[in-house]
Amino acid sequence: MSNVSVDANQSAPKDNQPQDNTRRRFLTVATSVVGGVGVVGAAVPFIASWNPSAKAKAAGADVEVDISGIQPGQLIRVMWRSKPVWVVRRTPETLAGLEKHEGQLKDPNSEAEQQPGFAQNRYRSLKEEYLILVGICTHLGCSPQHLKDGAFEEIVEGVPNGFFCPCHGSKFDMAGRVFENVPAPLNLVVPPYQFVDDKTVIIGSEGEAV
Amino acid sequence: MQGFLAWIEERIPMMRVANMHAIQYPAPRNMNFWYVFGFLATIVLVNQIITGIWLTMNFEPSAERAFASVEFIMREIDYGWIIRYMHSTGASAFFVVVYMHMFRGMIYGSYQKPRELLWVFGMFIYLALMAEAFMGYVLPWGQMSYWGAQVIVSLFGAIPVIGPDLVIWIQGDYVISGATLNRFFALHVIALPLVIVILVFLHIVALHEVGSNNPDGVAIKHKKGSLPESEKTPYEIHEYYTSKYDIADDVVPFFPHIVLKDLVAFCVFLFVFCYIMFFAPEMGGKFLEHPNFEIANPLKTPEHIFPVWYFTPFYAILKAVPDKLFGVIAMFGAIAALFALPWIDRGRVKSWRYRCGLHKWNLIVFAIVFIFLGYLGGTPQENWKIVASQIATVMYFGFFVAMFLYSKNENTKPVPARIPK
Amino acid sequence: MKKLMCIFALLLPGLVLAAGSSVPLDKADYDLTDKASLQRGAQIFMNYCLGCHSMKYQRYQRTFSDLGIPDELGEANLQFTGEKVTDYITGSMPEESASTWFGAAPPDLTLVARVRGADWLYTYLRSFYVDESRPFGVNNKVFPEVGMPHVLQPLQGTPRETNERVMIDGEMTERYVGIRAEGDGKLSPEEYDQAVLDLVNFLEYTGEPARLESESIGKWVLVFIIVLFIFVYLLKKDYWREVH
Repeated sequence: MSNVSVDANQSAPKDNQPQDNTRRRFLTVATSVVGGVGVVGAAVPFIASWNPSAKAKAAGADVEVDISGIQPGQLIRVMWRSKPVWVVRRTPETLAGLEKHEGQLKDPNSEAEQQPGFAQNRYRSLKEEYLILVGICTHLGCSPQHLKDGAFEEIVEGVPNGFFCPCHGSKFDMAGRVFENVPAPLNLVVPPYQFVDDKTVIIGSEGEAV
Repeated sequence: MQGFLAWIEERIPMMRVANMHAIQYPAPRNMNFWYVFGFLATIVLVNQIITGIWLTMNFEPSAERAFASVEFIMREIDYGWIIRYMHSTGASAFFVVVYMHMFRGMIYGSYQKPRELLWVFGMFIYLALMAEAFMGYVLPWGQMSYWGAQVIVSLFGAIPVIGPDLVIWIQGDYVISGATLNRFFALHVIALPLVIVILVFLHIVALHEVGSNNPDGVAIKHKKGSLPESEKTPYEIHEYYTSKYDIADDVVPFFPHIVLKDLVAFCVFLFVFCYIMFFAPEMGGKFLEHPNFEIANPLKTPEHIFPVWYFTPFYAILKAVPDKLFGVIAMFGAIAALFALPWIDRGRVKSWRYRCGLHKWNLIVFAIVFIFLGYLGGTPQENWKIVASQIATVMYFGFFVAMFLYSKNENTKPVPARIPK
Repeated sequence: MKKLMCIFALLLPGLVLAAGSSVPLDKADYDLTDKASLQRGAQIFMNYCLGCHSMKYQRYQRTFSDLGIPDELGEANLQFTGEKVTDYITGSMPEESASTWFGAAPPDLTLVARVRGADWLYTYLRSFYVDESRPFGVNNKVFPEVGMPHVLQPLQGTPRETNERVMIDGEMTERYVGIRAEGDGKLSPEEYDQAVLDLVNFLEYTGEPARLESESIGKWVLVFIIVLFIFVYLLKKDYWREVH
């Protein structure tokens, strides 16, 4: 570290050259460490400022949805954290049909860690009748289409209803489970939600009671 | 690893530049505290650029949203207030260190031959900095932003013939408006910072070519072959300098010696800076003026308007002259006179340590007059202040006139050949 | 001449003070750490000010959490305009009708404490007095010809300007000594002063919600810089020992 050349001329004596190199080494290391801590500390506000703003977080708060008006088979869309969330009221036939095509699914039991515990089953919902999903394809973020009343048969034979992503052709069944041989790696995400009563669901948080 | 570094070095001479301009750059060993302000100015520049980039991420340059978006940064962004206060405090800190840096140049004659261009580049930086600061102050779109811009832009209206059209052209509207705000934003965030960074680069290149001055104004570079080996520096100095000159035993390498000294000063500076930033960011209404917390209102001028403190000396000169055109001329003349300093001072001796007593007093009075003008320009108008600012304006220019006269045949003390021990 | 200038420079601050406002401002001894005071101030603001003034850069939720009020409690007791807790505190009065009624739109109050200063607000809100010649029947000592009614009158009572007769230069003159309420308000004079102080405290808070956080972070930053200084200084000395 010293810049004093070793063969310095003797007639310019540097009589107080560092006698104690360990002191200098210690101080150099200590200063660098403290300075490094300072740089890291100074970086904190800059990194933190990229988080969603307090306003965005407030806008991303829980959403209350009135589900009393949904007809069997109907899908409604609501926004939660600026993302589309689907609420589908499944018919008994649809629910019964979920079992039939499980052989064609990647993860029929939703074992991949990506949803609240209550959704790790065939129906992927708190109440079998109501399916609540984040309507964003797990491949590259497009929003799949809801194909119903047999329209999905063209995509997967023998399955009348499902979701089809127009971007890259990923296919999901009426529990949001992804079919084999499509680009999407995972089932559609189930957001945290809870039922306040029979008519109202809150999307964004799970109740303690569940 | 060595091979890889050599591979790079053959293609881009990074180590050579680092050695030449930092590690093995010869700096006079008697540089005192006045010599830290250049380093501090660089630090503040970096601070302004980084915090500026971050502010741009949430600032919205429109008359409708500018004020609200600043408050959005202050309230809704995590630590947005720190970043904003770093930027606003940094603006004032920039001028503090630049004024100190300039005064250092004046007392030690750092503008004299062969450093004339170094001084001129510095003055251009100062000019660009003033434009940068002015436009930046418009952006929060508060009352002072608006009316300050109104007054400063109106100055151009004093120019004969083209003045009124020029004002409208600069504003992009018949008054200061969203259009003005938008173009000032563009200039503030990209155009002027680029200019400043390039000028700073040139300033440093010019400095390293002629070498650093010092409080004794004694040359550290001597004619090749004029010094015996015993008087040459024992430090390893880059051959760029040693091949052309004999470097006297009056120098230390820039790194680590000068850097460490600058870092000590930096800690002191940072302490004051952070104290203001965290505890008094408004600095009693000097760094952030109170009326600027009210959104711009084109129908209502604040009771007292003045520019931010760093412009007030020149603003006082402007107000001191009762004629609009001549006021503007006097104001720009005050800056032009500084530009011409290397040619106004006809003395051969650099440092005030070895110059006549009159020179010392001239400099001290100049500093006092400058601060006094700053006070006059930054406080509400009163009758006595008109006369006072006229006297101070005459004294401001008197500094240059006096220097031009006495520096020709000045009684100087003998300057030592080497830096005194 | 030069010496004269120096003396001049020293005298200046005194001269500036002499040229201040005609009514001396009372010191507002506010305390941002006093949550109870801030909560009372918020209550006064929402009840008496928000009818005409907005606070549009501040959100209810942020205010409630900084003041230690649970969202539900705040929504029930401090929100009257049917906004959501996540919304900005906007007033209910449209700007155009406000301009017609008052001659100018009532200013937004988020930052009023940073524009006017706490002392000014504190004195202003306690300086209304009955003046039948004004449209709203009141005038203000700090802000003459003010275009705002005395909305806090139900709290203060009818405020009367009080003067005392004093002998100045051999002439009996009326001198302004203050405002005295007639005692028909809900609060006693001391309680009214405290209520205004609470309100000013709240306005100080909304002017700069990060103030307290800034000071608590700032303390640690300064301590850190001192530590850094010690190490840098010792290292510098170690290197420079061989130079001088």
